[in-house]
Amino acid sequence: MPEIKLPAMSPTMEEGTLAKWLVAEGDTVKPGDVLAEIETDKATMELEVDDGGVVAKLHVAAGSEGVKVGTLIATILGEGEEMPAEKPAEPAAPAKAAEPEQAQAITAAAPPAPEPPQAPPKVSPLVPAEGVPVVAVAAGPTKRQTVREALRDAMAEEMRTTSEVFVMGEEVAEYQGAYKVTQGLLEEFGPQRVVDTPITEYGFAGLGAGAAMGGLKPIVEFMTFNFAMQAIDHIINSAAKTNYMSGGQMRCPIVFRGPNGAASRVGAQHSQNYGPWYASVPGLIVIAPYSAADAKGLLKAAIRSPDPVVFLENELLYGQSFDVPEGDDVVVPIGKASIVREGKDVTLVSYSIGVGVALEAAKTLAEEGIEAEIIDLRTLRPLDTATVLASLKKTNRMVVVEEGWPTCSISSEIIAVAMEQGFDDLDAPVLRVTNIDVPLPYAANLEKLALLKVEDVVAAAKKVCYK
Amino acid sequence: MARPASTKAPAPSNTVPVTNWPRPGEPIRHKPTRTELLDYYRQMLLIRRFEERAGQLYGMGMIGGFCHLYIGQEAVVVGIQAALQATDSVITGYRDHGHMLAAGIPANAVMAELTGRAAGISKGKGGSMHMFSVEHGFYGGHGIVAAQVPLGTGLAFAHKYRGDGGLAVTYFGDGASNQGQVYESFNMAELWKLPVIFVIENNQYAMGTSVNRSSSEDQLYRRGESFRVPGLQVDGMDVLAVRGAAQTAVEWVRAGKGPLLLEMKTYRYRGHSMSDPAKYRSREEVAAMREKSDPIEHAKREIIEAGYGDEASLKQIDKEVREIVTAAADFAEGAPEPDAAELYTDVLVGKY
Repeated sequence: MPEIKLPAMSPTMEEGTLAKWLVAEGDTVKPGDVLAEIETDKATMELEVDDGGVVAKLHVAAGSEGVKVGTLIATILGEGEEMPAEKPAEPAAPAKAAEPEQAQAITAAAPPAPEPPQAPPKVSPLVPAEGVPVVAVAAGPTKRQTVREALRDAMAEEMRTTSEVFVMGEEVAEYQGAYKVTQGLLEEFGPQRVVDTPITEYGFAGLGAGAAMGGLKPIVEFMTFNFAMQAIDHIINSAAKTNYMSGGQMRCPIVFRGPNGAASRVGAQHSQNYGPWYASVPGLIVIAPYSAADAKGLLKAAIRSPDPVVFLENELLYGQSFDVPEGDDVVVPIGKASIVREGKDVTLVSYSIGVGVALEAAKTLAEEGIEAEIIDLRTLRPLDTATVLASLKKTNRMVVVEEGWPTCSISSEIIAVAMEQGFDDLDAPVLRVTNIDVPLPYAANLEKLALLKVEDVVAAAKKVCYK
Repeated sequence: MARPASTKAPAPSNTVPVTNWPRPGEPIRHKPTRTELLDYYRQMLLIRRFEERAGQLYGMGMIGGFCHLYIGQEAVVVGIQAALQATDSVITGYRDHGHMLAAGIPANAVMAELTGRAAGISKGKGGSMHMFSVEHGFYGGHGIVAAQVPLGTGLAFAHKYRGDGGLAVTYFGDGASNQGQVYESFNMAELWKLPVIFVIENNQYAMGTSVNRSSSEDQLYRRGESFRVPGLQVDGMDVLAVRGAAQTAVEWVRAGKGPLLLEMKTYRYRGHSMSDPAKYRSREEVAAMREKSDPIEHAKREIIEAGYGDEASLKQIDKEVREIVTAAADFAEGAPEPDAAELYTDVLVGKY
């Protein structure tokens, strides 16, 4: 008896909205028929049926939001099959969302026998659990918003005020963004300003840089920064160096943005943190925010900047919600780190998704009597060394937390700064906790082993505190 | 799937595929006024003398690094630039001195950049390959082969976005024409009907590799066909042929018909750069080209035949040009180097 459970339709999907049923109870369906439309965090997708039969029961009402992956949504009876008599309802029998056989897109496979209810596994070990300390935000009215929504609002607000700002990239317009970050922009601004490109990173990165040299303010979206490798020549040789090489007469005010770092189970070629790469290049601004408020405020600052900006987002953070200040003119300054948690015993320096890991580690450390101060660098170039050094002066101990490789990293740089400028304040060597120095593996267990881990941060913090 | 033995595959067609998308007509060689022809002559001569002097200064150690001379190719840039308006944009690669002079940038500022002086157009921070003048619509001066092609396409995108009626001319060489980003640019330019003229300056050699050793399709004007970008092959050693083709291209592009590709058949007399011994071609080949096809000699004969000038008046032009070049060289040698503090300026525009 096929029970249809909500499948994971993307590597990071944890829940979805059952937008619409296309069948009713009692309907006869055949293989390939569309049962329902499911809205994920990225797109609206059709759920097809594998085996024919009669729709015996629809367990979830149309329009239901937040349906967890693995929830029983429909029962379809084949010939001679009967509805089970009085089976206890399975309210949200979320099952093994992260298991490979369930991670098929579009078509729901008939799941194996019902599993006992269990907590949904985290899609990625890097996504912090609920209840992580809330990042301090500026006083004033705020609203709860995902990073994805905050990024879109930043672009929309700047596009409303400045006609030279436009967005280009793969699937940014009609598809509404591969990760839905540009959702709704085409409708508001039209195809002249929200430009779908061919799959041609080198070409459109260069074209964008040329448009910036010609006086426009392009936002170039890379579907992920892994694909920007094809375009890195224009980011560095064309965008970053021209102002200097022209003696200050030719500017290139452009924003290159998109998701960076490890996503979930997408393997080595799609999982890499380019922060250290770009942060090593004079002439670039490099930003890697954690919270939605910073994502919005810093993206607005990036668009307004007269310089080329590499804006590194994180796919795993897109769906996370934060308090974001109300208003369409809240700009976060470039080049300023923020102290997201105050503490006196040890400083944890991080950026992007690493901040969430540091916050979780701080919770554990607090239980053991160690109060960690957490610095979110936010901007990787120019680096706010003053905030880092001031915190070091206060705590005398430091651990750098980075979702990325250790060698020639932001961690390396922070440690060098601590040595050069903060040596007298150090009571212990600065340690770094990073990903393992290997290409990111696919297998779930190996991937988990390779990525930044909360327990390692806790251990390192205790070590520098000699505890 | 098996099929009867008697069935033959259709005979392959060897004819050029017939395409029915619109194309410009055959360009008409320009009929210049006296003023125009003398101006083209003067400009080509200025580039020639300037580059000869730059070569000398390089030999004296006054110019460092890479230095790519434009000698032999003068008719291309002079003929194209003459068809442009002040609102248009121009971009090229690293063989850029001639383009700058043709764009109206003072010889002093260009030569002082070559010698790395504060008075150089890039304050001495760019050098031969990296010179720009937004004021003159000249967007570089780019050192990475073919990078200027998408950049120039982006300049055209900006013209169209603003609706200012301008177009972008994107110069690149036969060597650059084998870079993938050229075709990415063709695709987007045609897809979005961008106002861009792609000018391939086919000087026959990509550094030391001749076109037919590097290009499966060596008729480079056809290189846009897959993208429906029409192409024209032009005698790049004849400034009036170039000027005529530029007119055709400018009219096509300004009418909103999208990009056009011009292949300029030209020749450089010097090596790829100053450090190139040019062993890949014979002295006789170069000498024959100079003797039979020199663009300046060609224009000179035309002037005399048309009665627009005589040996004496042309000598006078030559004298004036030499004076400009000598003054530029003197200026570039005597001007101070950049202040040490300039090391740290112009990295970023904003303060953070």
